[in-house]
Amino acid sequence: MATRQTQSLATIMRAPAIILLLIWMIVPLGMTLYFSFLNYNLLNPANTSWAGFFNYRYFYTDPAFFESIWNTLVLVLGVLLITIIGGIALALLIDQPMFGQGIVRILVISPFFVMPPVAALVWKNMIMNPSYGVFADIANFFGVSPVDWFAQYPLFSIIVIVAWQWLPFATLILLTSLQSLDGEQKEAAEMDGAGFVSRFIYLTLPHMARAITVVILIQTIFLLGVYAEILVTTNGGPGYASTNLVFLIYRAARLNFDIGGGAAGGIIAVVLANFVAIFLMRAVGKNLD
Amino acid sequence: MARAVTTRTKAINTAVAWTIALVIFFPILYTIITSLKTESEAIAGFNLIPSFTIESYIAVQTQNDYFKPFLNSVILALGSTILALIVAIPAAWAMAFSPTKRTKDILMWMLSTKMMPAVAVLVPIYLIFLRTGLMDTRIGLTVMLMLINLPIVIWMLYTYFREIPGEILEAARMDGASLWNEIVYILTPMAVPGIASTMLLNIILAWNESFWTIQLTTTNAAPLTAFIASFSSPQGLFWAKLSAASTLAIAPILIMGWFSQKQLVRGLTFGAVK
Repeated sequence: MATRQTQSLATIMRAPAIILLLIWMIVPLGMTLYFSFLNYNLLNPANTSWAGFFNYRYFYTDPAFFESIWNTLVLVLGVLLITIIGGIALALLIDQPMFGQGIVRILVISPFFVMPPVAALVWKNMIMNPSYGVFADIANFFGVSPVDWFAQYPLFSIIVIVAWQWLPFATLILLTSLQSLDGEQKEAAEMDGAGFVSRFIYLTLPHMARAITVVILIQTIFLLGVYAEILVTTNGGPGYASTNLVFLIYRAARLNFDIGGGAAGGIIAVVLANFVAIFLMRAVGKNLD
Repeated sequence: MARAVTTRTKAINTAVAWTIALVIFFPILYTIITSLKTESEAIAGFNLIPSFTIESYIAVQTQNDYFKPFLNSVILALGSTILALIVAIPAAWAMAFSPTKRTKDILMWMLSTKMMPAVAVLVPIYLIFLRTGLMDTRIGLTVMLMLINLPIVIWMLYTYFREIPGEILEAARMDGASLWNEIVYILTPMAVPGIASTMLLNIILAWNESFWTIQLTTTNAAPLTAFIASFSSPQGLFWAKLSAASTLAIAPILIMGWFSQKQLVRGLTFGAVK
């Protein structure tokens, strides 16, 4: 039974975290909203004036804006597709009886712990470089001319790198879920003559549904924020071919010193992220009851 | 009757799984191998056997002062984790043991702050850091990393604390234990494993954070993420050196990660998958 004394103690214990997060949420977002209505360039701060919806209209009419939204979607969906399908396949494989299962598991999850700039630079230089990379060596071995990945397929190359980083996450979560599947159910299905495919469709997949949902939602949140991988490989180019929304806002705010424009882009990013967030909150919220 | 697994099936599984695992691990393995090559070996085509020279490791220290960003990474990761724990432990504690009607709403709201895209607040944070002189300081970045990971820390601690049975506390109270004794002798020992797992996950997240650490630093406070990112310029053609710096940058976290697989699943899914 909680006494009044412990209740007021609990309030005091909660307060610092709540106040910190409240400030963290309200102050910067409020400032972003305010700046998004200003003509404010750091190169000419004296000329700051009220802009109304100009920044939003400017962003909206800029062809680069739609290209970056499109790239953001392709990047997120492309990585999700690879990691979910690959993750399910890998989880099923690792769950089979084999020698050295622990080591296989460790090898597979390792890329997740590699910091994004390292992952991107290793792929860019040692794997995908058109003259000295491993892919070029393989192409030369077969007598094919090597592909200049980042010049010819910039967005695809970034998808490959990001998928490599997130495949371990999907695999690890799906494997955890798979291992909580009741072994007796599997055996019963087997005795009833269910083959591998029907066991997978009617038993395993429904069991993993929740974990798959969680993986999709959490990855989407992180994938909407991909930045360092683009910065160290293509720098958003050629042109805007590999610029996502994050990178477009970074360009506006940091490279063009356009505070108003960057802020308007930021608000658009919040709206986009909120769509995903609502779904994630529902999925996680159910677990609290 | 348990399903009999033939040695043949097991051998095939093993071969397939090991092949795929090695392909996935290959970029990391090749980085480690390249770090032990000379610069001319590094660009001399595919070769899995290096000359085992450590000249690149020496070069990143003598030419690029590697220890400085490494120390910054350690300070930022540990500092932000300890700060977050100081704020989060009491909060998670209170929510787990004295829940009110609004506790669930508060938790959901905290989670929602994590959904805010970092880039949405790039402009104000950048300006605040410029105006207050926090730019390129370890203190500023430590506080930033603490704030962005605080919701995960609170959530993770909360799911661990909630598993501590409340009846034990009541029993202790009946036996006349004071609040202080209750915390020191009963709760703390039961909470330590959860706190340790949370710490581990947060150190991993803070170590690899690559948006704010690159945006808010130039040289003085730059951790390894920013240091490695600076290799994307033409200087990056020194592959053996880049590989040595990369190997050193990922090794501590890679090893930590191997030991914290279970906690990772729990922490990153906010307790939704255990």
